Amino acid sequence: MNEIWASDQIRSAVLISSKPGCFIAGADLTMLASCKTPEEVTQISQEGQRMFEKLEKSTKPIVAAISGACLGGGLELAISCQYRIATKDRKTVLGTPEVLLGVLPGAGGTQRLPRMVGVPAAFDMMLTGRNIRADRAKKMGLVDQLVEPLGPGLKPPEERTIEYLEEVAVTFAKGLSDKKISIKRDKGLVEKLISYAMSIPFVRQQIYKKVEEKVRKQTKGLYPAPLKIIDVVKTGIEQGNDAGYLSESKKFGELAMTKESKALMGLYHGQVLCKKNKFGAPQKEVKHLAILGAGLMGAGIAQVSVDKGLKTILKDATLAGLGRGQQQVFKGLNDKVKKKALTSFERDSIFSNLTGQLDYKGFEKADMVIEAVFEDLSLKHRVLKEVEALIPDHCVFASNTSALPISEIAAVSKRPEKVIGMHYFSPVDKMQLLEIITTEKTSKDTTASAVAVGLKQGKVIIVVKDGPGFYTTRCLAPMMSEVLRILQEGVEPKKLDSLTTNFGFPVGAATLVDEVGVDVAKHVAEDLGKAFGERFGGGSLELLKQMVSRGFLGRKSGKGFYIYQEGVKNKNVNSDMDGILASLKVPPKSDVSSDEDIQYRLLTRFVNEAVLCLQEGILATPAEGDIGAVFGLGFPPCLGGPFRFVDLHGAQKVVDRLRKYEAVYGKQFTPCQLLIDHANSPNRKFCQ
Amino acid sequence: MTSILTYTFKNLPNTSKWALQSLRPLSCSSQLRSAPAAQTKSKKTLAKPNIRNIVVVDGVRIPFLQSGTSYKDLMPHDLARAALLGLLHRTNVPKDVVDYIIFGTVIQEVKTSNVAREAALGAGFSYRTPAHTVTMACISANEAMTTGIGLIASGQYDVVVAGGVELMSDVPNRHSRKMRKMMIELNKAKTLGQRLSLILKFRLNFLSPELPAVAEFSTSETMGHSADWLAAAFAVSRLDQDEYALRSHSLAKKAQDEGLLSDVVPFKVPGKDTVTKDNGIRPFSQEQMAKLRPAFIKPYGTVTAVNSSFLTDSASAMRIMAEEKALAMGYKPKAYLRDFVYVSQDPKDQLLLGPTYAIPKVLEKAGLTMNDIDAFEFHEAFSGQILANFKAMDSDWFAQNYMGRKTKVGSPPLEKFNNWGGSLSLGHLFGATGCRLVMAAANRLRKEGGQYGLVAACAAGGQGHAMIVEAYPK
Repeated sequence: MNEIWASDQIRSAVLISSKPGCFIAGADLTMLASCKTPEEVTQISQEGQRMFEKLEKSTKPIVAAISGACLGGGLELAISCQYRIATKDRKTVLGTPEVLLGVLPGAGGTQRLPRMVGVPAAFDMMLTGRNIRADRAKKMGLVDQLVEPLGPGLKPPEERTIEYLEEVAVTFAKGLSDKKISIKRDKGLVEKLISYAMSIPFVRQQIYKKVEEKVRKQTKGLYPAPLKIIDVVKTGIEQGNDAGYLSESKKFGELAMTKESKALMGLYHGQVLCKKNKFGAPQKEVKHLAILGAGLMGAGIAQVSVDKGLKTILKDATLAGLGRGQQQVFKGLNDKVKKKALTSFERDSIFSNLTGQLDYKGFEKADMVIEAVFEDLSLKHRVLKEVEALIPDHCVFASNTSALPISEIAAVSKRPEKVIGMHYFSPVDKMQLLEIITTEKTSKDTTASAVAVGLKQGKVIIVVKDGPGFYTTRCLAPMMSEVLRILQEGVEPKKLDSLTTNFGFPVGAATLVDEVGVDVAKHVAEDLGKAFGERFGGGSLELLKQMVSRGFLGRKSGKGFYIYQEGVKNKNVNSDMDGILASLKVPPKSDVSSDEDIQYRLLTRFVNEAVLCLQEGILATPAEGDIGAVFGLGFPPCLGGPFRFVDLHGAQKVVDRLRKYEAVYGKQFTPCQLLIDHANSPNRKFCQ
Repeated sequence: MTSILTYTFKNLPNTSKWALQSLRPLSCSSQLRSAPAAQTKSKKTLAKPNIRNIVVVDGVRIPFLQSGTSYKDLMPHDLARAALLGLLHRTNVPKDVVDYIIFGTVIQEVKTSNVAREAALGAGFSYRTPAHTVTMACISANEAMTTGIGLIASGQYDVVVAGGVELMSDVPNRHSRKMRKMMIELNKAKTLGQRLSLILKFRLNFLSPELPAVAEFSTSETMGHSADWLAAAFAVSRLDQDEYALRSHSLAKKAQDEGLLSDVVPFKVPGKDTVTKDNGIRPFSQEQMAKLRPAFIKPYGTVTAVNSSFLTDSASAMRIMAEEKALAMGYKPKAYLRDFVYVSQDPKDQLLLGPTYAIPKVLEKAGLTMNDIDAFEFHEAFSGQILANFKAMDSDWFAQNYMGRKTKVGSPPLEKFNNWGGSLSLGHLFGATGCRLVMAAANRLRKEGGQYGLVAACAAGGQGHAMIVEAYPK
């Protein structure tokens, strides 16, 4: 850049990335990770600030030509330039995802963004970290011009599009230096009103207050970054740029050293890892998928498959069931049309990838069959046998089950090497996790194939060994058992919910039982209770049994711990539960019944079981354990997952807590050997 | 070569006029290079054994007028009727000899959705002559002709009139769906109470109308945008596009002045003067053209109002016959209609590349090469579209990567190309341009000499068409 400023020949410049599909996707995280003190990080931030300030103050106009991801530091660079031109394709997204990593935009972003797009929009971007598509960015004033991606020409379209972007950017750079083009943007009426309102100090104060309230409510004070972002923006606006930049770099340094930030960055790395297929490319790509059962799960799996271009058969036993499933897929797609993520034409063409049917026609061409029939072993056996009679030799049979051991399902298979578990989470189109379960007999190619399909469906994937409850359900079960005990000890469902959400769980524990379904919870608790014995005890199964017998199945039946009514937002506690709870009441143990103890009783049982899964080899890596817990079960992201939590919190402290509860309740809290090993050697860490 | 130059050029620190100008001749001539000297034809005739020879006896069109001018108060079937009457007058055919009538149209007037029948009735054709209307965007008239060819070739009929009509001065602006729904329900409502309760549902936004646009339904993109992107994808410069448009206008002017556009028949517009010639020919100067702002991709696009074809009102009609029938009735046909193809591609990125895909196919079918063609008549939707098609046809890379062909087909030599103007200058009727192209090819072969003409056009929906026209021996 210095060359550009030094040379008289150069009157303007264009910044463009040579890497296709990516402008700059943010700063190097390893650089932050290697810092030991906040001061080091602050220094990195200040270097960035200085660099971008130079760009901003450049007398020669600089045009950022953006194609692909323009995130974090990339966006901060772009908004330091005098002009921005972006390609209008799906890959081009702009955003400040720093908050998702527990930090803040540390290279001037907190100061420039509010000036550029207005305070409310800047808060929205920085506090949610959401990606903004190019066309939206243009409307917001984040980019000045859009360039449509080109189709086939005399070169590969991607190559020519970048060239075209550069040509257009050069034209604008010249225009800017010749003063033929102004960098000032015409603001719309709404924008003008907002910026006028923002010039009134009282309004500004109200906005800070409102945003802060909202953030506090949503983060429950568990995440420090959003509040600091508000603070830094406020400092910049109220006390001027210099104070703003100083505050930004200092707070950036502080945040980068927090446990929350380390936890979130760990999750980020884990997620990247779980988006790769470590089993290599399958021998045969899955092009034709068949799904058995058009229930909530089956239709959900169908939806995430067809919208990636997989030809999918959705088979159900009844026309009514099938129709419900097809409608679910259509609604899922249509909601995207309403949000303008799809055009209605794209929706129709995607929906035509789905074939709904009641028979097995076309299964002879299927490359993979995913069964999502009712969780009943004999039923699963029956469909497996029926399907195996029809499908080609290479076809993979995947079972979507949350608890039935895959090896038991595969027991009746003629080709157990082709049988695998694919445990999706509900709702399938929203939950990112896919847990793939391999048996001893599952072949590597079958696994590769399942992972490839899962990745195509946009899932974050963990691959675990077969066993009762696999990994996710197995970790959840002891915690659920503790939930029952806590309820039996007289804690109100509402109180329990607020205790768990205040701890960082996205859904309260009692609500979670209702969401999962009381019958399902009972089913799983019985099965796993048989398999694991006393360790899974605690609460009384009788509670779930009585609920099922009264028809309190949770959300799906309209009543569980709460009452669910269409259109009623604040759900009420189901008073009919009082009797059941009273009849099963056990006296609380006062030593371990403080709010904090209740929270930790839930958490430590979860964590202990997770570590045991690693110890027993159900889990291959701790990273997968963290991803599975956070993305599948809603383990508090601020803790980074059970393994990261042990690392950051200290294994000894976790063991101490477990011992304390063990003394009261016994074996259910006995720490597993691997956890004890970690406690004994404090330098041992699960996550590097 | 051009792209390399442009590439290095734009990395230079500063613009200077001379550099730009030095590029210009290069960029134009590289693709529009002259064809090899006339060769002997690889074939004598394209007649095929056991297939009827189909001839066009003659074809006419009423003058092509820019929308909103003399035809603006008429209805589409008025224009179609005028074309039919012109054809009757020109070819002197008894009306009852005509077996069947087919018209192409795109923007439908809902009152006359089968405009072919309405026009035929008005023109005094026999009540017993059936008629139907086809639609296939800009190649609707081609579809009308080839439908006729099919009917004759299969032996069903001997004499078919094919044509096309479009009236862009009046397009069906509709009430919103909500308003339409309410009006239909009001019509069905029996009691005052029902009516009142329906009327109470009325909201002001029901009144916002639905306007038709020259846009793809599937991609919601305006064709002008697609043309601009296509030009960019093939690196066709603004200057080249303007030059090409200028060529079209000057050739059209010349052809008009020299009286070559013999397919035009005068039309006495009720209440107005008789229209005798096309009114869209505007020979601009290079400077005037350069001043125009981009019409679609603002502010940096290359497609402008002048290097695009304009909205046009008019109609055309032609008589297609089995050769033996024509000879038996004592007619002297103008040309044979030979092999034709329809193609279709991705409507998003290859919307306007129809000719590129269609031409190698039709040439192969007929057993001809580009060198055999004496007269090219392409539909000029946009300058950029024509030049992009030239580049695509001239690219081995494109042929191999997108068309599954080993080599390029080659681009047409410019001196044989649209010599009497094209859609840019004469105007473009979505529904009727096909007939103009065929008649221009036939008339040019008669006038300039030569045996084969090649007609090609692109159309909305990513479709395309090409047909071989063979001169009838004199």
